[in-house]
Amino acid sequence: MSNSRDSRSPVSPLPPGSGAAVVDTGFIPVRAKLLEVAAFLDRVERHEVADDFRCEALREAAQVLVDGRPERARRILEKLSDPTSEPDAISSGKAALGAWRPVQK
Amino acid sequence: MRYIEPHGHMVSRTTDDYQAMVAAGCAAVCEPAFWAGYDRGSVEGFRDYFRQLTEYEPARAAKFLLPHYSWLCLNPKESEDLKLAADVLAMIPEFLGKKNVLGIGEIGLNRNTRNELKVLELHVDLAVRHDQLILVHTPHLEDKKKGTQLIVDLLRSHRGVKPGRVIIDHVEEHTIRQVLDQGYWAGITLYPDSKSSPPRAVDMLEICGRDRIWLNSACDWGVSDPLAVPKTALEMRRRGYDAEFVDQVLYQNPLRFLAQCPRFVLSQPAG
Repeated sequence: MSNSRDSRSPVSPLPPGSGAAVVDTGFIPVRAKLLEVAAFLDRVERHEVADDFRCEALREAAQVLVDGRPERARRILEKLSDPTSEPDAISSGKAALGAWRPVQK
Repeated sequence: MRYIEPHGHMVSRTTDDYQAMVAAGCAAVCEPAFWAGYDRGSVEGFRDYFRQLTEYEPARAAKFLLPHYSWLCLNPKESEDLKLAADVLAMIPEFLGKKNVLGIGEIGLNRNTRNELKVLELHVDLAVRHDQLILVHTPHLEDKKKGTQLIVDLLRSHRGVKPGRVIIDHVEEHTIRQVLDQGYWAGITLYPDSKSSPPRAVDMLEICGRDRIWLNSACDWGVSDPLAVPKTALEMRRRGYDAEFVDQVLYQNPLRFLAQCPRFVLSQPAG
């Protein structure tokens, strides 16, 4: 069995000083990704496709980022997931789309 | 540094990639059977592919002194044609005696359909009957959570399956516990645009521990990076993890799982 905890609790002690390294090396790349999200949301409005189900799913998922609760990555992935449990009768195509669309499943 | 690439679709890669992997410390590469980007039209098409995985590709890797192992199956993307699937599965045992074959994989689900589940069950039966290791692919993106649960349920219902001989690949934050908590091994795949990144992979190790987990690049003909595994070592070292930690995750863990197949023998000395 795994010793999993929530995302704030490591299973074993972290290396000394690791916190500073996480910010020093991680901040700039993540800053860039956050700007990509912001620019994408502006872009789909400018091109009048903001009502695409994937864009709607992205906006809803983004709210998890600032709700102050842990396990943000897990919860965003779950928000974008198919919540049903039965296998589908037929395939809707080879490729997944990244967000769940009930009417097509 | 040394590492094992436990999941790389090398028939799609160039010799430059082999050279770079060996230079980065790769001690062995394992190649699951994969989708060609189109559906193969006949059993003979699969037979040719299995010959490539068990004869030609190991010879190509050997030119770079890299041991090459393979897994055999019909990919979940090709599971809708049940007649073809049955014919391919009937042919697979011809290749199970080849010296670089590790087991059955990567089997699993793609869009979580009934036919995919039927073919997955046939693959699991085949693996159990021939006492083979199992490598499972979990679906992409929005299909992963549901597909992982369907897979775990199917494996659990099969009395012949030993969880410690099954690795369930492409886990992410929302599926890794489903896998580890049932006693299976979990694979974290490092992709530029989907699955996991090196920082997220190390996050999962911090949250779930480093036991029964391997990392892989799953490099293929799509957007992927054959050096994603050694690049994740850099992320570990930046956070202050020592060389022993890196070695356990990137070398000893995959070695422990893969060595359950007696054919997986590395000549490189340990340590």
